[in-house]
Amino acid sequence: MASEYTTTEYIQHHLTNAVMCTTENGIAFNKACSDAGFWSWHIDTLLWSIGLGVLFLWVFTNAARKATTGVPTKGQAFIEMTIEFVNSNVKETFHGKNAVIAPLALTIFVWVLLMNLMDLVPVDILPSIAGFIGSSAFGMDPHDVYMKAVPTTDLNLTFALALGVFFLIIYYSIKIKGISGFVKELTMQPFNHWAFIPVNFILESVTLIARPLSLALRLFGNLYASELIFILIATLGLWQLPLHFPWAVFHILVLPLQAFIFMMLTIVYLSLAHEDH
Amino acid sequence: MNINATLIGQAIAFAVFVWFCMKFVWPPLLGAIEERQKMIADGLEASDQAEKDLAVAQAQAAEQLKEAKAQAAEIIEQAKKRANVLVDEETQRGHSEREKIIAQGYAEIDAERNRAKEDLRKQVSALAIAGAEKILAREIDKDAQADIVAKLVDEL
Repeated sequence: MASEYTTTEYIQHHLTNAVMCTTENGIAFNKACSDAGFWSWHIDTLLWSIGLGVLFLWVFTNAARKATTGVPTKGQAFIEMTIEFVNSNVKETFHGKNAVIAPLALTIFVWVLLMNLMDLVPVDILPSIAGFIGSSAFGMDPHDVYMKAVPTTDLNLTFALALGVFFLIIYYSIKIKGISGFVKELTMQPFNHWAFIPVNFILESVTLIARPLSLALRLFGNLYASELIFILIATLGLWQLPLHFPWAVFHILVLPLQAFIFMMLTIVYLSLAHEDH
Repeated sequence: MNINATLIGQAIAFAVFVWFCMKFVWPPLLGAIEERQKMIADGLEASDQAEKDLAVAQAQAAEQLKEAKAQAAEIIEQAKKRANVLVDEETQRGHSEREKIIAQGYAEIDAERNRAKEDLRKQVSALAIAGAEKILAREIDKDAQADIVAKLVDEL
């Protein structure tokens, strides 16, 4: 914890994304973007998430390129274990034929897990490095350099994932059941009578929209809260030593669990979209 | 923590990652896994088959060994029998040969004796005649008594 901060400032600093936007004067950052509205970018979220996504794909593509059907190397065995894990979950839940769901589930699981694992990086390291680079290379005040390194604590990312899943839910609902089938599903359930169509529509729409909403907010809420507590622990001076460790150990469970839940619910929602009533 | 254009960027990144994973990661890895599973299944099946084949072959070998032993025993038995028969035949032949030789000897001896007897009888008759001649030379006409002498000779 940098000494010249107040605790509130410290927490706020750690929970603020680095923002980039374009103004009339060219590209601007952070506070200059406060009234840029929608068209501003969280460059730390984008950087870390895309970096981790590329890392995931690089590792897995390498493994795929070297994959042999004979005795696998340890690395290949580890990758195959992940594939098998995802594949068995998909097979247990989803019984149709779909070439997208399994790779989608794998991407979600590994990518979200990698992003969640950023939570275990001590909270000061990456902001300090970013502050150092910002101040020495660009002459910025280190307090004005923001670096929120856990992409899943950014609502933009969790909503992007959830909306992608939502889009696939609607796409497959219409593809499998046809537009009339999809509309019928929204209006003729749970009460199969024309007089109940408005009630049904409201109920089913809430059900439908609650899916991406809960996906996004669950992941965001869990990670944001745990990151906040990591930061709070970091403000406790020496007391952070005994407290940080159990909290981090606890997150060895929580972080994969959140990634798993996101993947599992995606599979469940998509298999529901494939079911014809 | 406000929603902004990052959402779009992330959505695009997500779509690209999923597409990439679907295209270049998932199929080869799952393919390799499934291929290996098939190979292992085939290998296990082949080893089962080989085990069965081995058992069959062992049973066959045992069967053949038994047969061979039985055949060998039979051959030895036959050979013994044959040897016995041969020995018996030879013995038989030896016996008969001996009998024949002995019989021949007896026959020769008989013949020889008969011949000697004949000679002796002739000589005795000649002697008797010569003696009778000397005795009777003085008293009897030789011709008148010739029939008697001949009778005598026959009786000898």
